[in-house]
Amino acid sequence: MGIFQFKNVSKVFGGLRAIDDVSFSIDQGEIIGLIGPNGAGKTTIFSLASGFTPPTSGKIFFKENRIDGLASDQICKKGLCRTFQVVKPFGDMNVLDNIMVGSLLHTANMKKAQEEALEILYTLGLVGVKEQMGKNLTIADRKRLEIARALATHPKMILLDEVMAGLTSVETREVIEMIRQIQKRNITILLIEHIMQAIMSLSDRIIVIHHGQKISEGNPKAVSNDEQVIKAYLGEEYHELT
Amino acid sequence: MSPRTEWIRGIIILVVLSLLPLIFQNPYTMSILILLFLYAYFALSWNILGGIAGQLSLGHSAYVGIGAYTSTVLFLQWGISPWIGMIVGAIFAAFAAILIGFPCFKLRGAYFSLATLAAAMILQIIVENTNNLLGGPRGLEITLLKDAPWQFQYTNKLFYYVIVVLLFFSVIGVTRWILHSRIGYYLNAIKNDQEAAQSLGVNLTRYKSIAAAISAIFTAIGGTFYAQFVLYINPEKIIGTNLSIQLAVMCIIGGRGTILGPILGAVLLVVSAELLHLYMGGKMIGLDIMLYGIILMTVIRFEPQGIYVLIRKFFNRFTRSTSPFRDGRSS
Repeated sequence: MGIFQFKNVSKVFGGLRAIDDVSFSIDQGEIIGLIGPNGAGKTTIFSLASGFTPPTSGKIFFKENRIDGLASDQICKKGLCRTFQVVKPFGDMNVLDNIMVGSLLHTANMKKAQEEALEILYTLGLVGVKEQMGKNLTIADRKRLEIARALATHPKMILLDEVMAGLTSVETREVIEMIRQIQKRNITILLIEHIMQAIMSLSDRIIVIHHGQKISEGNPKAVSNDEQVIKAYLGEEYHELT
Repeated sequence: MSPRTEWIRGIIILVVLSLLPLIFQNPYTMSILILLFLYAYFALSWNILGGIAGQLSLGHSAYVGIGAYTSTVLFLQWGISPWIGMIVGAIFAAFAAILIGFPCFKLRGAYFSLATLAAAMILQIIVENTNNLLGGPRGLEITLLKDAPWQFQYTNKLFYYVIVVLLFFSVIGVTRWILHSRIGYYLNAIKNDQEAAQSLGVNLTRYKSIAAAISAIFTAIGGTFYAQFVLYINPEKIIGTNLSIQLAVMCIIGGRGTILGPILGAVLLVVSAELLHLYMGGKMIGLDIMLYGIILMTVIRFEPQGIYVLIRKFFNRFTRSTSPFRDGRSS
């Protein structure tokens, strides 16, 4: 049994089936890419997984415990932490304090929390801005901060929601490297991304969502050759390129 | 700040505080001085929930009322010392805060403020309609005992001055402790972004309740002090909406979430209200409330974070010359 599972999960908003009977399983230490066109339901899957909204039906398991129905702070305490597509830095706190909010989850000792936050600050290359207020950061640093805060909670698994969107190609490469570093800490990663090059090279497996349904799952090569995926998301041009 | 300068600063503050009563010897100015500290104390108490946690309560007079009425009723009915009544009132207030908070903390922004306002209004109506025990709309008079320190009464105002200064420093101490501990970080995170805080493992209701309870405890203690100082309480003055708004406005004008801000706000409002009373007498009742409104609008227009931030910015212009731009590490 994997570390994380969706079992026949559906989510209905009014008359809309945002997520329709989706099942998948993720093993410890894997990097899984979640792709699909805009509005397919990728972020809804994150919201369900992190407890921001409960599923209408189905079950979600994390480390063999059911987590659907739990509040997001309880899910975070179990070791599953998310980042937000629309980044949410604590604007009136500086970068170091932002990260300390994360590390305070497992220690009430301020000194220890600060040391740990500094360590993460160094590994993610945020040292230069550690005194800056969250609201004054560039978009690239905001995205880094989002990952840093999540890492500070000592997660077993992390959900990254479009952490590369809006970055330059140099910054994107930095983030790819960052994600590889996270994997080395034996943290399981589920990531949503639109940058194909990045997700194809990072992911062990890819799950494709379309109209709230899982239409394909497999290794990057197999998925990019899948007829349905090409039709729904990648397009003929991408296929010809590869 | 090094421990040494901290010590020196502490000694200076102590000397000034002990000299103040000598300067303001007549009972009138002494009363104003005491009220000044009391309002600063109230503003700092409100600040724990409204400033640090960012939950704009407009019902804090409820806790003033709970503190004042608990100690007074216990004293009048059963002869229990208001010192003990003060502690009982604080405990009641903490429970009330959690009780009010439980449904209200799910609400955000203005809805939360309105719910707390309603809670205080309900309490006021209950008190006004309980004639036997709580004295109804006329209020309660506390039996004059003259020099009875164990019954929280003394003819010399210095007695109250010492107590209010101690209360004032206790709330500053607790605020500083909060700001530098996990609770403070969590409350600050909640103020900035609830969803992000929750996703990092912060139990929103729990931490808001802690802030509300601490805030209510201090506010209620101030309520008992006020009752013993004035020896008369009535629902409109003590639980009324006016007081709730005053407490919030002092803090907002001064600077929410800081320590000096609420003190500044309290000084500004108490002094301006007293000056108005002094020069206008009873001619234009309600003028002080209008003045609060004007000050509030002016401050919010130029610096929504309060006067404290405005002053700090002004001084930073002279003392600091560091560039606001970060080093060119990456673009």
